[in-house]
Amino acid sequence: MSDISLLVLLPLLAAVGAATTPRTSGIWGLTATALTATLAVWLTLDVFQDGARYIAISGWVAPLGIVLVADGLAALMLLMTSGVGVIVAIQAASWGVFPSSCASKDAESLRAGFWPMWLATLGAMNALFLSGDLFNIYVAFEILGLTAVGLTALSGTRSALRAAFDYLSAGLAGSLLLLLGVALAYGAIGRVDLAAVPMLADTIAGRIALAFIVAGLAVKAALFPLHFWMPEAHSSATPVASALLSALVVKGALYVILRISIEGGAGMEALRFALAVMGAAAMLWGAWGALRATRLKLLVAQSTVAQIGLITLAIGVAGDNLQQNGLWQAAALLMLSHALAKAAMFIAVGRIAEELGHDRISGLNRKELRPGAAEFAFAIASVSLIGLPPTAGFIGKWILIDGLIARDAWIWVALILIGTALSAAYLSRVVSRCLRGGPHVAANAHHPAWRIGDITALGLATSALVLGLASALPLGLLEITAK
Amino acid sequence: MTSELIYICAGSGLVGLAFYRLATCRDMLLRVLSLNVLAVGIAILFLASARDAGMTDAVPQAFVLTGIVVLVAVTAALLALAEQIDRQRDE
Repeated sequence: MSDISLLVLLPLLAAVGAATTPRTSGIWGLTATALTATLAVWLTLDVFQDGARYIAISGWVAPLGIVLVADGLAALMLLMTSGVGVIVAIQAASWGVFPSSCASKDAESLRAGFWPMWLATLGAMNALFLSGDLFNIYVAFEILGLTAVGLTALSGTRSALRAAFDYLSAGLAGSLLLLLGVALAYGAIGRVDLAAVPMLADTIAGRIALAFIVAGLAVKAALFPLHFWMPEAHSSATPVASALLSALVVKGALYVILRISIEGGAGMEALRFALAVMGAAAMLWGAWGALRATRLKLLVAQSTVAQIGLITLAIGVAGDNLQQNGLWQAAALLMLSHALAKAAMFIAVGRIAEELGHDRISGLNRKELRPGAAEFAFAIASVSLIGLPPTAGFIGKWILIDGLIARDAWIWVALILIGTALSAAYLSRVVSRCLRGGPHVAANAHHPAWRIGDITALGLATSALVLGLASALPLGLLEITAK
Repeated sequence: MTSELIYICAGSGLVGLAFYRLATCRDMLLRVLSLNVLAVGIAILFLASARDAGMTDAVPQAFVLTGIVVLVAVTAALLALAEQIDRQRDE
């Protein structure tokens, strides 16, 4: 037993523990999340010092065995999941941690449902990032799909259940496409490990297999035009669940697309071009949806569609890791910054809706209530999503645009800039309403009280900001590859 | 050769039918059923790719078994969700 497999095993075991003893699930959840985060930091330090690590469980190697690989990219994704996870777990602890400390009946059932689902999500995400073969990735996606649907349905309202049903059936169709791709890949070359992806890209049958795999992943990542299930699912879940779904769960599929693209070599050029085009379309379509949204949560969910588009565009134009342009590192950095900013945004929106009693954008101006910390966190997260300095989003976009200019790819540069301008437009619909002072605010208007939600949202948003200043660290980590 | 062709045609036929139904149908039960048909189609394609002149390859069969287990679990979850939605409609 080494620390790599513990990263998968520990959250899954804790999920079983939390599911069997619902009254103490909060203790299980917080402990396991903190332990997993410690393990992730430990693994990252190891990868920094000794380079990539891998183990074959029980000594079985591919194709029969399960191989776990931890290189710089996987370590960064593990850190991202644990980091966001820890802060969101603190937020979820506001439902009460100890058996007797529950605010209400509602909080108790939310708590009993949330922790097993979150822990299993964490285990599945870790398994996904560490997997060295496509079939293992399929299995991890199935666990992830089921638990993510559980998180969506957590609030138990009719719209949430309906969204969860659509999510699960779209997710199942996506993973069956993935399985079909794996089947074709096995038929073509008799291997399914990730190292065999370049071989797949060299044959016609292998390319068809890869196209199916990427199509399945695109459904899971909610990439335009396969995003139909996503805005509803992310906007009707409870804020804590939305933060996890939007910040982390979609990143699982994006990570696998990125991994296949950088392993794939020159044979995948057509597929990469298709990804870049879909990404650009998603950026525009998501921005359009966000500009038209009337509810705050729907706006944030639509902005996820747009941001996923930007990340996919970056993956598509980056090419494989033999081209030393560092563009794929920009994609990874954008994933990281989006995770932090979007989690902050959903928690902040949850707090705003709690104070206002609704989440209509037109009703954000209120006479008797001044904007509070949650609005401030939303604004910082917006700055990171738009990509203004000094945030991590800025560094990611800078590397991306810099690389594209060096290549004279002006069309992509223009598309990214249009997407950036649009994201500034739809986010300012919210931010400008919060900034406005003037006659409509009553003289005796009060500030909302501080809650855990304000602190966690501010923490996440600030870390997205600080990450921009310390972006040498993640970029250095990404330099460490398996070869 | 002929039997292989039958498998591949049957598998891709089922996959196509299932996707058609999935895309055109809003009824929840029918969608659950078409997802099941889709999974069966893919399993047939998987097994067809594993048939090799008398020799049977165990790896795809193991994959298909895992797929069946996953499918049963997801179908159960889908049906539970559908029932919950239906109960809320009655109330």
